[in-house]
Amino acid sequence: MKQEDVQNPEAVIELYNVSFSFGQAVVLKDVTLTIPRGDFVAIIGPNGGGKTTLVKIMLGLLKPQTGTVRLLGEPPALSCKRAGYMPQYATGDKDFPIRVLDVVLLGLIGTTSFGPFWNKLEIQRAEKALDMVGMLPFGRKKIGELSGGQLQRTLLARALVSDPEILFLDEPMANIDVGGQTILFDLLAKLNEKMTIVFVTHDVGLLSRHVKSVICVNQKVFFHPAAEITPDMAHMLLGEECSIDLVAHGLPHRVLGQHHSHDKVLKRHGRGSEND
Amino acid sequence: MIEVLQLPFMQNAILAGILASIACGIIGSLVVVNRSVFMAGGIAHAAYGGVGIAFFFSLPALPCIIGFSLLVALLMAALTVRQHGRMDTIIGVLWAVGMATGIILVDLTPGYNVDLLSFLFGSILAVPRSDVHIMTALVCLIVVVVVLFYKELLSISYDREFSQVRGVKVVPLHFMILCLVAIAVVMTIRVVGLILIMALFTIAPYLVEKYTKSLARMMFWASALNILFVLAGLWLSYSFDLTSGATIILTAACFFIVFETTAAVMRKLRQ
Repeated sequence: MKQEDVQNPEAVIELYNVSFSFGQAVVLKDVTLTIPRGDFVAIIGPNGGGKTTLVKIMLGLLKPQTGTVRLLGEPPALSCKRAGYMPQYATGDKDFPIRVLDVVLLGLIGTTSFGPFWNKLEIQRAEKALDMVGMLPFGRKKIGELSGGQLQRTLLARALVSDPEILFLDEPMANIDVGGQTILFDLLAKLNEKMTIVFVTHDVGLLSRHVKSVICVNQKVFFHPAAEITPDMAHMLLGEECSIDLVAHGLPHRVLGQHHSHDKVLKRHGRGSEND
Repeated sequence: MIEVLQLPFMQNAILAGILASIACGIIGSLVVVNRSVFMAGGIAHAAYGGVGIAFFFSLPALPCIIGFSLLVALLMAALTVRQHGRMDTIIGVLWAVGMATGIILVDLTPGYNVDLLSFLFGSILAVPRSDVHIMTALVCLIVVVVVLFYKELLSISYDREFSQVRGVKVVPLHFMILCLVAIAVVMTIRVVGLILIMALFTIAPYLVEKYTKSLARMMFWASALNILFVLAGLWLSYSFDLTSGATIILTAACFFIVFETTAAVMRKLRQ
């Protein structure tokens, strides 16, 4: 346990008995979890396991059928403005007539004045955010001229420009090479001194040393307040169809999942974390 | 040619053409970047229901079409606001039902209505001065609303979910966009007819989108191109005695083909 890493035990996200389904398909079942202020959380799980859904519920973009959600102590509809959000990489609209700087400025929408213009202060903030992600030289370019990684960094700047208290990132490492990932994690670690960070990844190998806790999502949700993944957690998450590399304990080793019933998996997991 | 410009009906036609071009340039750009061209098509065609109502109850056409189009726009906005998977089907249904209502109401109206075709294919040379006044007011309304809500409209066009997180009122804006479409449709019916409206909504915005770096510039240049298409088409239709609406659209289409082909050849040559 790394409780000492938590700067302030105040909860920034609280979910109580949250369940969500798309029509008949249950995506999340009876989720209860609390994320403390200052945490650096990785949400991991298989594709289609409900990671993005969980983030969207935290932000109030999706309304769970049952349960209560609190973001920064309030219903998300009231507090989502205080959060920064970087959505999952979309292939995007190559021809959309907008410059990189304007995309970042849109991160200030909702707090800005009416009318078509941005004021000097807003433009300075956007340039500062672009500078932080190393995209300032590209500010006047059209968004479609960027590479996938550059677009990701622009969308990160858009999430940061409003100085959020909590930052949500959905697959931030997609389209970024390994060197870029290290730089991005270092930036996130620096930001983590000021804000809580929650990020989604399907790649368990991406748990950097900066990550403080892990949320596993595969319909059920398990909050693990330390940045490690036990083989048993991997079983619970990834089921029988996936194989993953585990690097949490230093040496990568391949885990091939086997079929487990939920009870058995949870029991196994309990034992696993005690052993750790 | 100069003496033609002194005829009042020609002056009205030119003014109506310019006003409709501006409305379609602005709203067409918004529709194209929002990917709601199909929705705009639905509203344009369903507007024929308004024509039917005007004929059947012997009411003034323009106010009737405005009212009915706004009603269709609001209904469509309500049915599509949640962005579900069957949106396009619902639009298709509204599209057909609106038109069918118009046709049946016209059938039930006694007497033969010559004026009817003018709504389908436009009759820019028959625009009365009173319509020009209404159109001017509507263009002003569109410009004021788009300028006032420019950042919000840009934001939800670029990334609706992100805008929602930032507290942008996405639902009222969705209704607003479709109401703006309805207003632009009504204005354009007189110029090119409701069947051909989609050409003024799509061709110019699509052409300039690739070459502009902001939505405002896209709206400006799309409006300018539309004015070029309408005036050139008007002149051709007058010179060769052709249906004005269709001539305007074919002028735009020819320009589109020539421009795109040239651009493609230039790209090839540069490689």
